[in-house]
Amino acid sequence: MPTVKFIEFNGTEHTVDANNGESIMVAATSNLVPGIDADCGGECSCATCHVLIDAEWRAKLEPTTDTEESMLDLNPDRTEDSRLSCQIIVSDALDGIVVNLPEFQY
Amino acid sequence: MSGIVVIGAGQAAGQAAASLRQEGYEGKVTILGDEAQAPYQRPPLSKAYLSGEIGMDRVLVRPENFYPDKDIDLKTNTTVTAIDRDNKTVSTESGDTYEYDKLLIATGSRPRILNIPGSDLEGIHYLRTIADVDGIRGAMQSATRLCIVGGGYIGLEVAAVAKKAGLDVTVVEAMDRILLRVTTPEMSEFYHNLHTGRGVNILVNTGVDGFEGENGKITAVVCGDNKVEADLVIVGIGIIPNVELAEAAGLECDNGIVVDDHCQTSDPDIYAAGDCTNHPNPILDRRLRLESVPNAMGQARTACSNMLGGDKVYSEVPWFWSDQYELKLQMVGFSADGDTSVVRGDKDANQFAVFYLKDGKVVAVDAVNSPKEFMVCKQLYGKPADAAALADPETELKSLLG
Ligand SMILES: Cc1cc2nc3c(=O)[nH]c(=O)nc-3n(C[C@H](O)[C@H](O)[C@H](O)COP(=O)(O)OP(=O)(O)OC[C@H]3O[C@@H](n4cnc5c(N)ncnc54)[C@H](O)[C@@H]3O)c2cc1C
Ligand code: FES
Repeated sequence: MPTVKFIEFNGTEHTVDANNGESIMVAATSNLVPGIDADCGGECSCATCHVLIDAEWRAKLEPTTDTEESMLDLNPDRTEDSRLSCQIIVSDALDGIVVNLPEFQY
Repeated sequence: MSGIVVIGAGQAAGQAAASLRQEGYEGKVTILGDEAQAPYQRPPLSKAYLSGEIGMDRVLVRPENFYPDKDIDLKTNTTVTAIDRDNKTVSTESGDTYEYDKLLIATGSRPRILNIPGSDLEGIHYLRTIADVDGIRGAMQSATRLCIVGGGYIGLEVAAVAKKAGLDVTVVEAMDRILLRVTTPEMSEFYHNLHTGRGVNILVNTGVDGFEGENGKITAVVCGDNKVEADLVIVGIGIIPNVELAEAAGLECDNGIVVDDHCQTSDPDIYAAGDCTNHPNPILDRRLRLESVPNAMGQARTACSNMLGGDKVYSEVPWFWSDQYELKLQMVGFSADGDTSVVRGDKDANQFAVFYLKDGKVVAVDAVNSPKEFMVCKQLYGKPADAAALADPETELKSLLG
């Protein structure tokens, strides 16, 4: 079972076991990790599952789709590390991935 | 400690379960729901779950083992029949009684039922629950002609899925345009043309008088002198908030359970969240009863925080989405609030947004395949914006955020 390490904006860490095939967003909400609202339930419709993933891990992810890119583009906290966590699917290759949470979701 | 009891096990209840534990509450949490499933999301029921693209595991609000893992007592197939405010208990159909310190009513809403000749024929369905959709999916296997009564978002989403599945689809709408209750004539026209372009037959100004059948099974929908042949009917003519329990307990109800901006009812130990509430919106400065997931989740979070002694105000700009064919519609606010509208983008390319302004301030957007416009409206809401700049594709949306 791959693990995902979430780091809250205030520095609190949560390492959770995730299931292959589920999204990073689901791994967070199923384990009471705060800071991800996921209002649309993973439909790429709300952008309230914004996370930050550093370059090294980002290189292992599927690229963003146009919709994800557009939703991120106007996020006030957007950085080059930004992703929508509902669009990242957990696999063994991502075992140990570190996911940083922004201060706010919009 | 009797703990916290939640009535209803839908979207708001599922979020409440998570919020209570996330806020550090360690007391007893009991969720009583009349459906067979753990809390699940309804939006996919008229979209990817109906089409079969995703299964049950993808629609649950939290995985099934979440509830036992977090020590939440989830009782499915359990209908609450009364709230006793004096003794602070709720009782169920099977005769059990649960004590509460704080109670959250999250009973949602139910479809408005058509009571006209032939309503009990086999093949007439409503769409609210997983059980409903499983019935519809089964029926779609053998059906060839689907008639959808009511041209709202849910009906149109079903039309899109059914058309893709190869059925003959007719939408019957009593008003003079589809989506009349929820959007502008311009957007109604766009969606009308979209569906007819894909081969859906839409009849407006067409009231349904009854259903005809043979051997107990639906064969036609009767609309005045007109008959629409159908072997499957889905009725989507709006919902009614489930307020009866609250009303019988003497809580104030008026088109929903009346709550204040803390999601508290007229009884300080009882809160309500989701489709069943009539709540104040401080941003819009009026009361609303909404039928949307963000509202159910937001109110659940607010109610939980306040049940645990917090002082949180529920104040969010309403937003909603609808997926039809390959078009993603995202809406913020209410278009009816605007006095001016401007279009940005290209309607013919199915990629555009209509911004609505009132006194020069942005009050709503309907964004079709335009997530940037949706995101910008969420942030620009209530702020002044230049209509010409919004309409000009050369304007970088970011520059409007200042
Ligand atoms: C087909 C469909 C598509 C939708 N699409 C969208 C969409 O795209 N976007 C969007 O934002 N919203 C959408 N919605 C609306 C959204 O699903 C609702 O607003 C949301 O589910 C409301 O959550 P809730 O918790 O208030 O109510 P619900 O999720 O309805 O949960 C209430 C639960 O309480 C139960 N209950 C009621 N009375 C009792 C009782 N006495 N005892 C025990 N249990 C009881 C009900 O059976 C139900 O299970 C859609 C709805 C449907 C039906
Ligand atoms: S959960 Fe809504 S966009 Fe990710």
